[in-house]
Order: sequence, then C-alpha cells, then structure tokens
Amino acid sequence: MQSHKIISTEDTRRKHGLKVIGVLAVLIVMMFIISVNTGYIRLTPLELLNTLVGKGTEKQELILFQFRLPRIVISLLIGTALAVSGAVMQGVFRNDLADPGILGINAGAGLMVMLLISFYPTTSAAPVYLLPVVAFAGAACTAALIYSLAYKRHQGIAPIRLLLTGVAVAAGMSAAMIVLTLRLDPDKYQFVATWLAGSIWGTSWKFVLSLLPWIVILLPYVFYKARVMNVLNLGEQTATGLGAHVSKEQFRLLAAAVGLAASSVAVSGGIGFVGLVGPHLARRLVGPKHQLMLPASALIGALLVIAADTIGRWILQPSEIPTGIVVAVIGAPYFLYLLARTKS
Amino acid sequence: MNHQAVSGSGLDQKAKPLKLRSRPWTATLILIGGLIALALGIAISVSFGAADIKLSVVWTAVFHFNPDITEHQIIRELRLPRVLGGVMVGASLAVAGAVMQGMTRNPLADSGLMGINSGAGFALAVCFAFFPGLPFMYLILYSFVGAGAGAGIVYGVGSLAKGGLTPARLVLAGAALSALLSALSEGIALYFRIGQDLAFWYAGGLAGTKWLQLQIMAPWVIAALLGAIVLSRSITMLSLGEDIARGLGQRTGLVKLAGTLVVLILAGASVAVVGAVGFVGLIIPHLTRYLVGVDYRWIIPCSAVLGALLVVGGDLTARMINPPHETPVGAIIALIGVPFFLYLARKERREL
Repeated sequence: MQSHKIISTEDTRRKHGLKVIGVLAVLIVMMFIISVNTGYIRLTPLELLNTLVGKGTEKQELILFQFRLPRIVISLLIGTALAVSGAVMQGVFRNDLADPGILGINAGAGLMVMLLISFYPTTSAAPVYLLPVVAFAGAACTAALIYSLAYKRHQGIAPIRLLLTGVAVAAGMSAAMIVLTLRLDPDKYQFVATWLAGSIWGTSWKFVLSLLPWIVILLPYVFYKARVMNVLNLGEQTATGLGAHVSKEQFRLLAAAVGLAASSVAVSGGIGFVGLVGPHLARRLVGPKHQLMLPASALIGALLVIAADTIGRWILQPSEIPTGIVVAVIGAPYFLYLLARTKS
Repeated sequence: MNHQAVSGSGLDQKAKPLKLRSRPWTATLILIGGLIALALGIAISVSFGAADIKLSVVWTAVFHFNPDITEHQIIRELRLPRVLGGVMVGASLAVAGAVMQGMTRNPLADSGLMGINSGAGFALAVCFAFFPGLPFMYLILYSFVGAGAGAGIVYGVGSLAKGGLTPARLVLAGAALSALLSALSEGIALYFRIGQDLAFWYAGGLAGTKWLQLQIMAPWVIAALLGAIVLSRSITMLSLGEDIARGLGQRTGLVKLAGTLVVLILAGASVAVVGAVGFVGLIIPHLTRYLVGVDYRWIIPCSAVLGALLVVGGDLTARMINPPHETPVGAIIALIGVPFFLYLARKERREL
C-alpha cells in the first residue's frame, strides 16, 4: 500500500517536472523570437518566418543568418553549458554555492587571453581563432591548479576550502591581469575589457562549430550520469556504501563540468553566475533529482543567457552592454540572497 | 553539529588566553625596530627613482628647501608625498584589518575581501563617468560612502543568515558583491571609455599621490588610528567572544559601532589615495598576532608600523621591478597575499 503511494508521488513529481520543462522550452522559443527582433533592424515574425524558409530579401537573410542566428545559438549553447557545469559542480561538492565563475575558471581564461593579446602588436594581428583555444587552456589549467591546491591528503576536497581557494586564485589572477592591463594601448584594452566583461564576441558559425563538439559529447555524458549524481548527493559514506566509486566519479564529473565551462568561457568571456542561478532555480522548480534537474538547469541557463544578451543589446542601442554584466547584475543579488538564507 | 560547534568554540575561549599570552617585550622591540626600519625605508624610497638622489641632498631638501634646485623639487613634490602616502595607507589598511579581525573573530577579514574596495571603486567609477573633474574632496567623500555601503551589504548578508558570520560566508558574500559592483563599474567604464583610467586607479599605485590628498586624509587617518588605539582594550575582550566581553561589563554594541567607524575611515581613506590594495589588512594582523600575542593594545600599534613597512617596501619593489614602468603596488601585494590566504584557508579547520 505504502510503496504504491511513494510511486504515485514520484510519478506526479515527474509529470510536474516535465510540465516545467515544457514551459521553459516555450519561453525559450518566445525569447528567441524577441531576440531575433532586437537590434538595429527589426524583423517582424512574418518576415522572420519567410526568411527562415528562404523567401526573405537578401538583406534580411544576411542579418538573420550571418549576424543574429549564430549569436543566438551561441548564447543558448553557452547558457546550457554553464548551467549544467554549475549543476554538476554543486552536485559533486554538495555545495550550493559552487559556480564555475566563482571557482576562478573565468579568471584563468581571462589571464591567458590577456597574455595572448598583449604579446601581439595590434588587435587585428592577434589570431582570433587562437583565442578560444588559449582561453580553454587557461580555464582548464586554473581548474586543475585550484583542485590541487584545495586537495588535502586523507581529507580529499572540502567544498569550502575549494571555494576559498578559488576566490584567492581568482584574486591573484586579477592582480596579474591588472599589471598587464596598464601596458596595453587603449584599443587593445577596450577589446580585452569587453571580453572579460563577458560579451559574446564569437558571433559567427565558426564559433558555434568550435563549441558544439564539447556540448554534444559532454552533455549526454552528464545526463547519463544523473543517477550517479543522485547517489553522490547522499553523502560520501552512503554513496560508497551503495557501491559508487566516489572519488573516481567525482573526478570524472568534475572534468566534464570544467570542459563545459571552459569551452563556453572560450567564446563568451567571463560570464558568471549562470552556473549558480540556473541549477538553483531548477532545483526549486523540479526538485533535487538530477534526471529532471539537469535538463531544467540547462533550459534555465539558456533562457537566462539569451534574455541577458537581448537586454544587453536593447538597453543602450546602438551600443551594447556585455552579456556578462547583465547576468552579474541579476545573478549577484540572487547569490547574496541565497547566502543569507542558507545555514552554515 | 551545532552543539559541537558551540562547545568547540567554548573550549577555545577558555584555552586561548591561557595558552597564548601577549609578549610586550617583543612588541616593544618590534615597534622600535620597525620604526627604525621604516625611517630607513622612507630614506631609500625618497632617494631612489628615475633620478637617484644622494641622501645628503634629501636631507637638505627636507630641512633647507631651495626651490631653485630641481632635485629638491622632485623630492618635495613627488617623492615625499608618495612615500608618506605609502606609510599612511599601509598603517591604515593593517589597522583596519586588525580591528575587523578582532571584532568579528574572523581570521579572513580584510577590507579587500569585504566589499569595501569594490564599493569605493564603484563610487569612483560613477564619479569618473558622470561628474568628470570632480574635486578631490568630493571623490574622497563618495569613496567613503561607497566603502561604507559595500561593507554594510557584505556584513549584513553575512550576519543575517542562520549560523552567523562564518569566515567562509563573509568571503563568499564579499566575492559576490565584488563581482556585482565590478560588473557595474566595468559596464560604466566600457560605455564611457574610462576603463584604463579606472584600472590605473584601481590597481593601486602611489605614484600620483599629492600633498593635497595627504592634507585632506591625514587628520581623518590620525584620528581613526588614535581611535583604534583607544578601542584596543575593548577589542581584545571582544576577540575572546562577545559573551565574555559582555560578562566583563563591556558595552559590545557601542564598541562594535565605534570599531566599524574606524575601519570605514581607514579603509575608505586608503582606497581613495591608492586604489584597491588588498591583503595588507589580512597578512599584517596575522603576522603581528603571531609575533606579539593576543593583546590588541600591542597588536594595533605594531600592525600600523608593519603595515607601513610592507606598503613602503612594496612600492619600492614596484618601482624597481621594471623601470621606468610602474608596477602597481596593489598587484605586488596581492601576489604575496594570495599564497598567504591559501595557506590560511588550508590551515583553518574548525570553522571552514
């Protein structure tokens, strides 16, 4: 009798979760339409539809396919990657405050980009296609550095130590970046500053292609590991008792999370807080089970970034506010709110 | 969990005063030795630079000033204000850190980590962008306001939560607020194209220190330093725990208020003169506590001297690393400070 009851609540929860996911998907589609319409030249939904099926004017096609669509696709991919990365980090560390940005990964990527830019004589001479690679390397190395600094024998990784280490390493990297900043000429400085502020600068299909493999490989892998993450969530001892190889799984999942975060930092600069806010809202909407929570975070992240990007393009037309700034302005107060609410 | 934490800190409160005593002789030695070293540092700093100037010339420039001699002018207008600014800022940041750490019993408290720097930075970004050419007096005023707002938010968020103001929570709240405020500052900077000016200021450099700045700041800083010394006895008690302090008949609310005011003046003034120099307020009080023990009547003056030494030394290093370019002193101190912070974060077991 009782087991039947449990199954039925489980069932309603899943139904509810699927409903939430459906609503989110609809919201994304709506945001997509608004975003396509935001900008110097507007496209009405009808024109948009016409252009999409190949019946638009040449100008409309150019704007849609060469400028707006790649950017929107990138912002959706980035939002997904960052939010899932944050969800994995929070799950692995059982710490609700873990986020790729707070953990110093953005700072590492930023420092490498800054180094690359400052060694090339002009912005135009700097190889733009090298930037994502370098940023990725910087992010991954920083993650490894923070992990090893926070690792203690016999204790492993304590979540709080990891966060503090991340904060400190980020502070050190920012200091190094400031030193480099002062030597740049104003044009280069403006470029790097915009990059660091998290503007989606890779706005062509090439960047979509460079981002896609990571997401196509890592996202299914993480979703596949949803049950493992549920088990990890029960605590290290329980998880070991249930037969999970805790430290190995932790490391693999973490590597996947870093891959996702680093690849999106590579094309978008330092967008923080998506990885924090996305999973939180998802958990609140669909509950803690990763099978539902992970897709929900992915959708919320995508929605958040596409919305922030649209707002950023819209507020100060024709100039833009970098997406990262919009996200930080929304995300940081939410973080502070969470901090004030959680128990120590 | 909770019970354990409470009894743990209770044990600590009893054990600490017995185990760690204050060492007045060491402290006196540090004060005297530190002041001598500081005098030496000032002398080296004044004579060293793009144009090396003999110490005898420095002496005459200070005490028998002759406006016709270029070297005298360099010393008077550039080097002296710079090194005195360094002394003032170093002493201020270190004492602010010591007072914060004592009051909050939080080993990771530091003005850079608590939103004070980024608050002041944001206020200055607003001033640079919307009121260009604002007189320095007002810039200072606004950076005070910004520092106060930053600290208020971080402190408020940290202490609102259940379980109170743990070090980790304070650091995280500081990091999040800094992220928010620097995102806003960045947005302003990008839009108005004042980023590099702002970065110069924010990086922390003593190069542009002027007599006017010192004149405006000095009375505030001196008053706040004296205030810290007056408060030092009460801070020692607070550092044993609020209950003990109250039991000993202290009005803890009043002391905390006065202490917070002192911290805001010291940190706000420093940020207005050199920009964001972090970690001085973190490292120096730790070092001092290690050397002289737990009595803030010794910790505060010793921190002042050692902090001044660190910043003057850092500034000297900043000039020597890559002449004739200036390396921001804030960056140099951060590069020393980060490993130290990492060490503390590793060592701390009870509360983290």
